Amino acid sequence: MSRLLQWLDERLPVTATYKRHVGQYPAPKNFNFWYLFGALSLLVLVNQLLTGIWLTMSYVPTVEGAFASIEYIMRDVQYGWLLRYMHSTGASAFFFVIYLHMFRSLLYGSYQKPRELLWVFGMVIFLVLMTEAFMGYLLPWGQMSYWGAQVIISLFGAIPVIGDDLALWVRGDYVVSGATLNRFFALHAIALPLILVVLVFLHLIALHEVGSNNPDGIEIKKYKDEDGWPLDGIPFHPYYTVKDLVGIAGFLLVFCYLIFFMPQGGGLLLEGANFEAADPLKTPDHITPVWYFTPFYAMLRAIPDKLGGMVVMAMAVGMLFVVPWLDRCKVKSVRYRSWWHKLNLLQFACCFIALGVIGLMQETMLLKVIARILTLGYFGFFVALWFYSKREPTKPVPERVTFR
Amino acid sequence: MSDAATDNGRRRFLAITTAAVGGAGVAAASIPFIKSWNPTLRVKAAGLPVEVNISKLEPGQMIRVEWRGKPIWVVRRTQEMLQDLGLHNDKLRDPLSLEPQQPAYATNTTRSIKPDVFIAVGICTHLGCSPVYQRDGFSGQMEGIAAGFLCPCHGSGFDMAGRVFQGQPAPLNLVIPPHRYLDDERVIIGVDEEIG
Repeated sequence: MSRLLQWLDERLPVTATYKRHVGQYPAPKNFNFWYLFGALSLLVLVNQLLTGIWLTMSYVPTVEGAFASIEYIMRDVQYGWLLRYMHSTGASAFFFVIYLHMFRSLLYGSYQKPRELLWVFGMVIFLVLMTEAFMGYLLPWGQMSYWGAQVIISLFGAIPVIGDDLALWVRGDYVVSGATLNRFFALHAIALPLILVVLVFLHLIALHEVGSNNPDGIEIKKYKDEDGWPLDGIPFHPYYTVKDLVGIAGFLLVFCYLIFFMPQGGGLLLEGANFEAADPLKTPDHITPVWYFTPFYAMLRAIPDKLGGMVVMAMAVGMLFVVPWLDRCKVKSVRYRSWWHKLNLLQFACCFIALGVIGLMQETMLLKVIARILTLGYFGFFVALWFYSKREPTKPVPERVTFR
Repeated sequence: MSDAATDNGRRRFLAITTAAVGGAGVAAASIPFIKSWNPTLRVKAAGLPVEVNISKLEPGQMIRVEWRGKPIWVVRRTQEMLQDLGLHNDKLRDPLSLEPQQPAYATNTTRSIKPDVFIAVGICTHLGCSPVYQRDGFSGQMEGIAAGFLCPCHGSGFDMAGRVFQGQPAPLNLVIPPHRYLDDERVIIGVDEEIG
């Protein structure tokens, strides 16, 4: 065995790569609960890739066949229902863990120097993931699939001058049609997953180059022993592989409960209107996107102007990209930052969640006003951050990591 | 191997020109990939005109037909609906239909050829949902207006001539497709006088 490994090592850096990224990757020893979500999103990615490949084996990407093939998967294919529910619930789980993963970075300043590029890679992953989820949602060719796609593609039409031609180009038809379905399937099943996997690879390489941040927001590379090993670092394996396994077990408990006992998630994971085949002549009475898009959707609805609504929605994601440069504070972790920052993060999270709830509800005048206030709160986070972070009163940062 | 000193300027020139020519090649090669996303000839051919018989259309009734894959509404408006059209101009974005959302022959107060028969593309000008016809009960959305069209997606309201109300996300009135009457009973949608 060792001779085989030696043979391999002379031709491919197997042992070296393992040591660098797993066996001897120094991770800060004070990781807490929030640090589970990176590993969990990797698990969900694998789940989506596997179940997705298996679903393509029975799915038919045509206007005539799509809806019927989903029924076929659900009723006739052995365990097809399980594969599909794993995939549909997995989509929601993906966004759940990614949102928490992103919030962790905001909490502990994991986007700050030298991790700006790591954060930008993460944001690109988020963007690709949203596109991936949106395109996947068209594939069952249900009513909500159809009209959801119609609405989002029409957003391009709001762009001045080239908008209408661009929307026509994306659809390949005057309305969402078979041409749209086919290309969305190709992008959802091949192009975007490939890009996603490459981006995740880059995200991990960038992480391991700069090293992991931690809840104290200090660099563990500052204090090293005579061998160059950080005093506050422990090898990723076995310490964090074991810890992540506990997190994975907890996650799977909830995930499997949803798959087996409430696969529709009360209309949150699979929407009722999508159990009806797409009808291009009739919009369902109440259109909502899936829950993970509703915060952005609520902002779109709150703006009484087509182009303005689209710009606000794009900015809501775009602002996150530049957070590393908006935050001018030298202290990373929320633990040692001012009350201003703590309150700002809190109101940001509250606005985001509340917008998500409003986006699920039928629109009324009152909700429109509330959504506008919350949108202000959402963008206010970025503006306020830029202003107070320059001369922020912070607490002294410890030299070595702490446990609490 | 010559002993002459390297000519860096020459090297840079060659590198840049090679990159430029290569870049142009890549750009040219991207054309088929981009163009293949445009509507195909088959899709364009499917946009042929459709003929509708309106002889059995009752006052207040709406029928939907499909043209270019889009829902086309044909509504026979009642006398009350026609009278109400002039009463709420102050609440509309574009009461006089100044924006070119309709052919010249439908640029009038009823936005139609025949006053009572309203023909429009049933797609909201906001984000492409199909509004719901509310024959009565529209006053819940717009005070004092009995009938209209309400978009279920983002709540844009349109009156019985497809004109959008103010304060709504939809920026424009509903589109009136090109159409002409073959006789009293039949209307053809998708062509007008000039082409047909």
